[in-house]
Amino acid sequence: MSSAVMVGLLAAGGTYLVLQRGIVRTALGFVLLGHAATTLLIAAGGVGTRGVPFAGGGADAADPLPQAFALTAIVISFGITAFLLALAFRSRDVNGSDDLEDDR
Amino acid sequence: MSSLAVAVFAGPLAAGALGVLLHRHRAAQRALSFGVLAAVIAASVALVAGTSDASAFSVDIGGFPRGLAIVLGVDILSALMLTIGSVMTLLGVAFAAASGEDAHPLFHPLVMFLWTGVALAFVTADLFNLFVAFEVMLIASYVLLTLRGGREQVRAGAIYVGTNLLASTIFLIGVGLIYGATGTVNFAGVAAAVAEDRAALAGLTVLLVAVAAKASIVPLHGWLPRTYVHASPAVTAIFSALLTKAGVYVLYRLTSTMLVDVDGFATVAIAIAAVTMVVGVLGAVGGHGMRSILTFHMVSQVGYLVLPLGLWTRAAIAAGIFYLLQYVAVKGALLLTAAAVDRLEGSDELADLGGLMRSRFWLGIAFLLPALALAGIPPTSGFVGKFLLVRAAFEAGSFWAGATAIAVSLLTLLSMIKIFNGAFWGERPDVAPPTRPAPSMLRTRVMVGLPLAVGVATIVLGIGASGLLTLAGTAADVLVDPTAYLTAVSR
Repeated sequence: MSSAVMVGLLAAGGTYLVLQRGIVRTALGFVLLGHAATTLLIAAGGVGTRGVPFAGGGADAADPLPQAFALTAIVISFGITAFLLALAFRSRDVNGSDDLEDDR
Repeated sequence: MSSLAVAVFAGPLAAGALGVLLHRHRAAQRALSFGVLAAVIAASVALVAGTSDASAFSVDIGGFPRGLAIVLGVDILSALMLTIGSVMTLLGVAFAAASGEDAHPLFHPLVMFLWTGVALAFVTADLFNLFVAFEVMLIASYVLLTLRGGREQVRAGAIYVGTNLLASTIFLIGVGLIYGATGTVNFAGVAAAVAEDRAALAGLTVLLVAVAAKASIVPLHGWLPRTYVHASPAVTAIFSALLTKAGVYVLYRLTSTMLVDVDGFATVAIAIAAVTMVVGVLGAVGGHGMRSILTFHMVSQVGYLVLPLGLWTRAAIAAGIFYLLQYVAVKGALLLTAAAVDRLEGSDELADLGGLMRSRFWLGIAFLLPALALAGIPPTSGFVGKFLLVRAAFEAGSFWAGATAIAVSLLTLLSMIKIFNGAFWGERPDVAPPTRPAPSMLRTRVMVGLPLAVGVATIVLGIGASGLLTLAGTAADVLVDPTAYLTAVSR
């Protein structure tokens, strides 16, 4: 239940920020949305069992697969966040701000 | 065989890394790109030959036991997509080398990374690995799109990255929901679970929305025509051959293994296909530059590619795959012509152009042949594809979908005539854009020759279609009855 609430809050905040005009805000929004997705991945593996997921870890061993998924997703979203921030910098250089121009 | 399935993406990955180290040596980067892509083409053709008996095989990465290993699955559809994609990538890189667009030290490595992601998407049999493949492909495309770093590129980059990142996040959420419901991300495992479990189907639907956005299906198409035109021209041609087509491939794969028995899927797919065709072509007719018309057309053509998903008869799928394969070549040739016009004349806006048929006759022919193929005029390959597709629609009883496809063809012809009138006939306007220093004779010949060769190939493919039709028919057999593929990739 608590993970569902957390996913909901993160997704709501992320959606609000992604709809903003500035690239930095959009990047922050995607950070929140990425956290929502990784939290959901972890929850998908079940949050009841939290033991060490090694061979012979016992009955409460956690499912290792969602943890691997989440780790991969975090690395990817980290890289893309860095790219978005670089894009925001470039936007400041050529436009003077990181706001997107109007559609023509 | 199994090592070839790994080599088609691992080789380019290594070549990309090596290319970064060689960033001061463009000649070495070029040699590396050409060599690796030629090897990938050879490997893909070998895979086609090995799977043309409707067989499928799988590879467990790292030799882990089933259930732990990431599974790759290859059948003839994967092999055909690998072949056409690698050929068009090679042509795009050759064009970029001739036009000087590969001047940026990261151009060649990025194309290699882009291909790595696309090839992995074509061979993977695992939903999470598919997410990773899409990300590898997209991150390379983010950088390629914004490589020129101007105002337009920043704006297009923000739209492109924003849309695709949102789609990727939704894709990831879909994968999480499916894993939560079924406990597996293997295609075969999910396929078995979706038939019984409504929760898994809900997760799959979330995932489908994301794939539809990546394939630019209406109403999730708005990003494509706004962004592709701002990439450098040869990059647009490479994107067109790879990115949305990876999305279309995934749709075919998921429909074959998981979605075909879902109630209502066929109706929705046909309706969406028809709307995508119409909206795309109307946008294209309203365009004002060669590339803006051609990129909007990509949306319309995705409609033709999605239509067989709703019909799902053997004839329709075979027509769809034939159409997909020839369309990748046709659209690549058209965009390369537009790129050549842009490089040689300084602009691809129709208002700045005119009379090219007199000054550059062969470039005009290089545009005309694939343009006729796109509109579906005999004896081009586009005619064969459209004819088979429309016939399959009528046979399946979808009369209005078939009629829409024919009507959209006429509008496609109209938009091609618009380009031909604006750029190749008439007089060159007085206020011509400033042209860059003219490239050498050899470079010009390469830039005109590449699309011309593809244009001639579409005629050859139209008259001698039977060979490719046989392969497309085999692929349709494998998709209609995916038992061989599912057995190969299941635990």
